[in-house]
Amino acid sequence: MSIDQSTAAKVAKLARIKVEDDALPALASEFNTILGFIEQLNEVDVEGVEPMVSVEPMRLKRRQDVVTDGNQQDKVLANAPDAREGFFAVPKVVE
Amino acid sequence: MSDLNKLGLAEARDALRKGEVTSVELTESCLTAIDAADALNAFVHKTPEIALERAKAADERIKGGDAPSMCGLPIGIKDLFCTKGVPSQAASKILEGFKPEYESTVSQQLADAGAVMLGKLNMDEFAMGSSNETSVYGNAVSPWRRGNDDAQLTPGGSSGGSASAVSADLCLAATGTDTGGSIRQPAAFTGITGIKPTYGRCSRWGIVAFASSLDQAGPMTKNVRDAAIMLEAMCGHDPKDSTSAELAVPNFEAMLTGDIKGKKIGIPKEYRMDGMPAEIEKLWADGAEMLKDAGAEIVDISLPHTKYALPAYYVIAPAEASSNLARYDGVRYGRRAQLAQGDGITEMYEKTRAEGFGHEVQRRVMIGTYVLSAGFYDAYYNRARKVRTLIKKDFEDAFAAGVDAILTPATPSASFGLGEMTEADPVQMYLNDVFTVTVNLAGLPGVSVPAGLDKQGLPLGLQLIGRPWEEGDLLNTAYALENAAGFVAKPTKWW
Repeated sequence: MSIDQSTAAKVAKLARIKVEDDALPALASEFNTILGFIEQLNEVDVEGVEPMVSVEPMRLKRRQDVVTDGNQQDKVLANAPDAREGFFAVPKVVE
Repeated sequence: MSDLNKLGLAEARDALRKGEVTSVELTESCLTAIDAADALNAFVHKTPEIALERAKAADERIKGGDAPSMCGLPIGIKDLFCTKGVPSQAASKILEGFKPEYESTVSQQLADAGAVMLGKLNMDEFAMGSSNETSVYGNAVSPWRRGNDDAQLTPGGSSGGSASAVSADLCLAATGTDTGGSIRQPAAFTGITGIKPTYGRCSRWGIVAFASSLDQAGPMTKNVRDAAIMLEAMCGHDPKDSTSAELAVPNFEAMLTGDIKGKKIGIPKEYRMDGMPAEIEKLWADGAEMLKDAGAEIVDISLPHTKYALPAYYVIAPAEASSNLARYDGVRYGRRAQLAQGDGITEMYEKTRAEGFGHEVQRRVMIGTYVLSAGFYDAYYNRARKVRTLIKKDFEDAFAAGVDAILTPATPSASFGLGEMTEADPVQMYLNDVFTVTVNLAGLPGVSVPAGLDKQGLPLGLQLIGRPWEEGDLLNTAYALENAAGFVAKPTKWW
């Protein structure tokens, strides 16, 4: 499988990373190097093998559905690049 | 006592308890060494006020006869750990200015055990790298040099600052994290000891996530005994990490008898790679001989899927990273890009992530996005997870056949020069982790022990891989290897 420039652009878009058009050929080439390396996995017979979810065969623990923490609005917002009136502020969202 | 910063944890602990030295003296000695070592670029956020405050408190506790295991011992903390009120950036521009309102479980446990934090240590951005060259702070530099050649060498990565700092005696020990080899490879490059425990031993809570199914914290220390002491303080169940194991933590130090009679040590034939330097081959054979002389039985074993570990890792780790790093969106913490007139929220995400993430991080996030995208999920991600099952089974079969530990080289070469790999394609850099990455995929404990010097005078390490949850037994085997190898070399001070 080979990645062309338009696929590279699509991946960048999906990852929400701005990549300038003139950087796309180099990016596509790097992807192809790495994917070429990954292609080795096709040599392995994985028929009937379960994909691993977790190295320890354990079920994730459950807990009571109760409030354990909260009332820390100031701390939650303390590191925000733009916080106003108790909210995170973002540019206008227009769909 | 002079040169207190050169002590290890156990020595300093014993001296503190005998009243021969105070924590304030130890801490001041380290702070002086740190200030004189800016050329190594190991400590990137120094916290002398916190250090001296904790040292004074530790001295009080020792005086009062209430000294926990790490009481008064000055250590460095990798920048990946969130530390309350202290910059915690994962060496990334995107977390510029981020000061957590909370403390990671591991660094909290160390503080509770009385350890003194000296500051935050350099690393590869988001722990993605093997040479500490992807850091927003610039390269961390190894204190080691090739003889009289003054070329700067890499301390390895991603825990490069930790390795450099411990090796150069800027602190008594440091925390590291290991997703594909990030504790063991830098430990091997700098002649120190580093252990990655079994997945689930150390809580991941408050450690900036890279690949959640692989990440584990661990200690980087001057010897195996110190690793046992510090690992015990770092381990334990934490309800805030759903994959943290509800298992009792043994007294690892008490298990260091050095007696490995009758232990079965496996030598995996698949780790003998084409083009492996003769020095590494010899080190490995010497290591096996040392363990045999100590009473262990050496057996040849096969781990047939070894070859596929790196390619599987380079699907799974980027996939998990692309998901974990989605949170850096310029909204809740860290940096937001300057926006142009009319830019909306999508432009904010795209510009923030383009300028906030470095090149390697962008590449891995995008590879991860690709392998998880519709149409490729089965071909890449699910296939890699199946191969991961087979890699784990290789180890299970070896352990089921009675093998207690597996001996391998830690790295395929000694440390290399900073910038020497710049022209190479990314896969060449990834090969650094060829011997360590299998251990993360299988969730096993692995320790790197310094075992010799190459002909350029640079340290080389051997890796021991243990059964899950048997870090104590693994450290004991490492202790026997350490005793036999008798590695005492230190870098000559040039900084």
